Amino acid sequence: MHELSIASAVVNTAVKHAAGRRVAVVTMTTGALRQVVPASLEFYFEIVARDTVCEGARLEQELVPARLRCEDCGQEWEPEVPAFRCPGCASARVEMLGGNELEVESIEIEEEEACIAPR
Amino acid sequence: MHRTKVKVATDALDANTTIAAANRHDFDHAGVKVVNLMSAPGAGKTTLLERALGDGIEGLRVGVLEGDVQGSMDADRLSVLHVPVTQLNTDNGFGGECHLDANMVRSALPEIDLDEIDMLLIENVGNLVCPAEFRVGEDARAMVSSVAEGEDKPLKYPLMFRTCEFVVVNKIDLLPYVDFDMDRFLANLDQVNPGVEHALVSARTGEGVDQFQNWLAGVAAREAAPA
Repeated sequence: MHELSIASAVVNTAVKHAAGRRVAVVTMTTGALRQVVPASLEFYFEIVARDTVCEGARLEQELVPARLRCEDCGQEWEPEVPAFRCPGCASARVEMLGGNELEVESIEIEEEEACIAPR
Repeated sequence: MHRTKVKVATDALDANTTIAAANRHDFDHAGVKVVNLMSAPGAGKTTLLERALGDGIEGLRVGVLEGDVQGSMDADRLSVLHVPVTQLNTDNGFGGECHLDANMVRSALPEIDLDEIDMLLIENVGNLVCPAEFRVGEDARAMVSSVAEGEDKPLKYPLMFRTCEFVVVNKIDLLPYVDFDMDRFLANLDQVNPGVEHALVSARTGEGVDQFQNWLAGVAAREAAPA
């Protein structure tokens, strides 16, 4: 259900970087641990984008799998359930290598061709 | 028309993070420690605060910022405790009604006399999802999970259970009447947030509330750290 809040944040970020130009594509990365439902985010993005320069823009989402590393025994693994103890040595000192991303990577903007030819 | 790709590489919640840092700066400047208290609706946040603040915590002047979608029922309940309470309603923003964000808290700051308090408890909107995403400038995050909600909740809402450094397991007076396996809950909690501090509490009877009070006192005694 937090997709609406996130969609607003994504649109605001894109609008800020677009600086008034029309946005065609917004590319973002989403970590698996952020529990974002891609279809839901896309749905809200379309609604929140209305009446902004992002209206009608396509949202491209790249999902980053969760990847953890044990700081004690060095084991690296990709958890399939939200369990954060090391499966090797049960340590709680676990570093998150991936899966916590929620980033707007880039936007594609549409620009008029600059008119340099003489009339 | 042609298309140009513009690199953004910005956290989507960057705007919120910036405002949260500004809040934190103001809190630090006033010497006020801030706790963001979160839970599902009806887990007992307000009852816990009534109990924890009713007799006061020695040497600690506490204020409360009440976040609600609508109404001031919770603020009214707390106002009899002689602690300064500020109501913050979230019904005036699109998409902002289910949680507090840094900007909403910022908008309430002029109404809070930070010189009068040592600690501000922010009671977030009841919700186990969105509040976990939005920092508001707090020093610490705590949550309430009641036994009536079931022992599977840490696994269903890992984002929330992971982001908190103190978990109040509330309504333990109901344990004889509900199908709640405490051992399993604590094992689930440990999977999601290994080693997290927790307390078994009944805000209704007062049992265990002292552990929450002690944790608050510990947060209040921390050195100010950069946001």
